[in-house]
This record gives sequence, C-alpha cells and structure tokens, in this order.
Amino acid sequence: MKAAVKSALKNKAAKPVVWLVCLTPLTYLVAIGPDGWGANPVEMFNRFLGDWGLRGILLTLCITPLAKITGQPGILRFRRLIGLFAFAYVCLHLSSYVVFDQFFDVAAIWKDIVKRNFITVGMISFVLLVPLAVTSTQGFKRRLGARGWQRLHRLIYVIAMGAVLHNIMMVKANYTEATIHAVILAALLGWRISQSAHRMSISGKQPEISA
Amino acid sequence: MLIKVRKSWELKDSDVTAQSLYLNRRQIMAGAGIAIATAALPSLAFGKAYDSAVKTKYGDDETLTSFKDITSYNNFYEFGTDKRDPSRTARALTTKPWSIKVEGECNKPGTYNLEDILKNQTVEERVYRLRCVEAWSMVIPWNGIPMANILSQFEPNSNAKYVQFDTLFRPEEMWGQKRRFLTWPYQEALRMDEAMHPLTLAAIGLYGDTLPKQNGAPIRLVVPWKYGFKSIKSIVAIRFTRRRPKTSWNMMNAREYGFYANVNPAVDHPRWAQDRERRIGDFFKTDTKLFNGYASEVASLYDGMNLRTNY
Ligand code: HEM
Repeated sequence: MKAAVKSALKNKAAKPVVWLVCLTPLTYLVAIGPDGWGANPVEMFNRFLGDWGLRGILLTLCITPLAKITGQPGILRFRRLIGLFAFAYVCLHLSSYVVFDQFFDVAAIWKDIVKRNFITVGMISFVLLVPLAVTSTQGFKRRLGARGWQRLHRLIYVIAMGAVLHNIMMVKANYTEATIHAVILAALLGWRISQSAHRMSISGKQPEISA
Repeated sequence: MLIKVRKSWELKDSDVTAQSLYLNRRQIMAGAGIAIATAALPSLAFGKAYDSAVKTKYGDDETLTSFKDITSYNNFYEFGTDKRDPSRTARALTTKPWSIKVEGECNKPGTYNLEDILKNQTVEERVYRLRCVEAWSMVIPWNGIPMANILSQFEPNSNAKYVQFDTLFRPEEMWGQKRRFLTWPYQEALRMDEAMHPLTLAAIGLYGDTLPKQNGAPIRLVVPWKYGFKSIKSIVAIRFTRRRPKTSWNMMNAREYGFYANVNPAVDHPRWAQDRERRIGDFFKTDTKLFNGYASEVASLYDGMNLRTNY
C-alpha cells in the first residue's frame, strides 16, 4: 500500500491531477453561472474567492504534517503548486474587491484599508504573501540558501493567522465557518510547536520550526 | 460534469411571466384610475390577492427589483444566515392561523386574529426603496396598510412612547432559532411618532400577491427610511411601552447597530462605508441618500437630534 502510494505520487499524471483539483473551486464558480451567483454576484464572488484563498493557505500548511505523519515525503513535491494556487485565489479575491466591489475607486479603497480593521489585516496578509510567491522558485531557493529561504517562508504562519483573523472580523453573526478555519489553523500550528518541542528535547538546542 | 437540477425554491418561467404581467397592469391601472380593495375581500380579477390595491405616488420613478431577487436574497436569520437560506427553507413556516398579542400602554390589549386586525382596512401599493445596513438596496412594490391604521385600533394611551414588535419564535419551523445567531425572538421597536408616521407600513404582500414566507409572511413592518433590520418580519406581538425597548441587533452589537438606524451616508458602519450602496441588479454603486431619500417627509421627526451619536 505504502509503496503503491509512493509510486503514484511520483507518477507523471500526479501533477495534472493536483492542478485539476486546485482548479475545481474556480471551475465550479464559472459553471454555476448567473443563476448560481444569485442576486448579488459581487458579494458572492468576493466571499467565495476569499474562502478558497484561506482554505488554500490552510491546505498548503497541511502538506508537511501530512508527509511526516504518513511517511510519504513525495507529497512535498506539490507544496509549491498548492501554495501558488492559494496565492492565485487570494489575488482573485482582492481583484474582485478592487474591480467589482469598488470599481478602481482608489480613494475608497485606501479609506477602507486604513479605516476598516478587517481590511487592514487582510491587506497585511496579502502584502506578506507576495514575497513568498515570488521566491517560491528553485532559483530563489538556491540564491537565498536553504536557511534563509526557510526563515522567509515562515511568514506563512503570520499570514495564515492574519487571514483567519480577517475572516473572523468580517463575520456579522454566524461564526461557524470562521471557527472551523481557526480550529484547523490552531491544529496545524500546534503540530509544529509539538514537533519543535520534541526536537529540542532530543538535541537540547533552540526550538526550530520547519516551514 | 455539472447537471442542473431545478430546486423547488427556484423560479419557473411562469413566475417571471407573472412579474411582467404585473408590470403591465401597473401601467394600465395608472391610466385607468384607482381601484380599491380591502384585505378582507381581495379581488380575484387576476387571481392574485392584492391585484387591485390602491396605487400610491410612491416610487413611480424607480425601476423595480425583480421578484426573483426580492424573494431569493433575504436576511431572515430565523431561516439561516446565508441570504439564500430563507428562500430554501422558509416554506416550513405555518402562517395560518396567525394571531398577534397586543400588550402594554393601550386601551385594547388582547390577542387578535390577523384577519380581524385587517378587516375593513384598505390595502395600498407602495413602491419603496429598501436600504440594508450591509450597503445593498432594492426597490420593492409592497402591498400593505399604514401601520398607524393598525396600531390605532388598539388605542394606545398617552403613556405609550414606544412600540415594540416581536417575530414569531417557533424553532420547529424556523431552524435558525436553534442556533444563537441572535437573541430570540427577534425584537424591534420604534418611537410612537415613527410608528404612526404615514410612510410606516404594515406589509402583507408584494408584487400584488400574498407576502412570501421568506419576506416575513404574513405581516411585517416596513420603515423605508431606516436600515432593513428595523423592518421586523412575521410579527406576533405588539407592545406599547413608556421606555425604549430592547432591540435585537442593538443587543448583539450596540456599537454597530443603533436604535434609530436611520439611513445616513455620513455615518459609517464601523466595518464599512455607508455613503454608497449597490442596488441589486446594478453593477455600479449608487449614492446613498439621507433617510434613504425620504428626508422631506421624515427629517422633522429628528429635529435638533445629533444623528451621529443617535445612529
Ligand atoms: C491573505 C489574504 C486574504 C485572505 C486569505 C482573505 C480571505 C477572506 C475570507 C475567508 C473572507 C470571508 C469570506 C466569507 O465570509 O465567506 C474574506 C472577506 C473579505 N475580504 Fe478577504 N482575504 C484576504 C485579503 C483581503 C484583502 C487584501 C482585501 C481588500 C483589500 C480583502 C477584502 C475582503 C472583504 C471586503 C471581505 C468581506 C466580504 C463581505 O463582507 O461580503 N481581503 N476574506
């Protein structure tokens, strides 16, 4: 079983399958059409894309624990792709806000960013996400060095916390979904803390959290 | 592969036809003069409950929001917090029989059948703008009766300074009430002068027919110059009080949802601007007007009041 999974992860078709899976939310959004978008498509798009941006970030954070727990390091091969898809959904979320919601009204957008706390937090998360997307290539990894690259990419924890906070802060009355997102993030961060505590107890060294 | 299955709440083409027929009739009737209907004896001419409701001047220059949008995009947390939830689940609500309990500072407290309250009342058609606190809006052709005509039946006394309304609490039929989204029952209130104002409506229908359940059947409040959450749905209690009653959204978050909740482009919600709104069906936003454009009729109610602190 383990060997079969291992070879499947190495299979040439694995990457296209991950692509397809990552494109599913976007395909769904297009496929449901005006009927599915409902009376307020702007709101629907914005929320849908924001949700999948956040879920993409959480999914990216699942990869390392999943690889460790299942003993399948082959999964790590897809981390970059999934992370970039998360970034793409966040970009679409931001674009739908800029284009559909505000229609490039720079003054109104700026006012929102400085005045509305939940948008300030969302914007900080987005700005921090950009360098991670840019430096996600092998070339940058080499240039920055493994340690430097890893240190930079630990920003994803701050970004994920910011994104969950942004989600919680925009809720009007029903916290169900935001709470689910927060619990998943807490579990993922908790796993990393326990890992580094474990490593520290073995080596007696400073805590070290892997990205 | 996505297979489209029509859900029971989705509209059939015939419903859309009903809307265009309605629009034509509006024009015909505007030309032919006024027909009168009473709630007790709805006209059957076109097979709809309030076909011959008395037309009023309100909203003649407005483009109506489609029946489909009005009935599939609703904030009615008793049926879930997603705005599509009520159109999917409100059909569980039983609206017959319906009675309203009247209490407090009035000469005729008691429990009344809705039919008795509506007996001999003239049903009007009023095209009103509805501005939600979430910065979207609609134009809705309501059928209803001035709230003053309903409330005066109970003879409120001189101690009555406010009037409070309760929505039905029936979690077996209103599944959202099994969750603590808000404190149930939903409650809203107005100052007496606001409640008795000629613009304030007790709506029992829209687009010429009985009020759909997701829109607050069988009877709801409509206060067009205030944010939508003031216009409480599915009313089962009316209470005349001396002191300002508690109201649901204000209890939930007083900083964001005030008692007055008058539409005001100059006073932002803490989390979003209120100077513009998206009219459902439009892509570009529209400027929001003070008192939702009804300032000439209602501004005097708030003479000398600081609208920024009394939001
Ligand atoms: C890492 C970056 C971001 C993530 C992961 C993210 C995610 C989310 C999520 C999950 C929601 C809630 C959606 C729902 O209720 O279904 C949301 C709402 C929202 N986001 Fe973001 N967001 C990000 C950045 C931004 C930025 C930069 C802006 C604008 C400058 C923005 C604007 C909004 C707005 C306006 C809403 C509220 C939608 C509404 O109330 O209808 N977000 N976002």
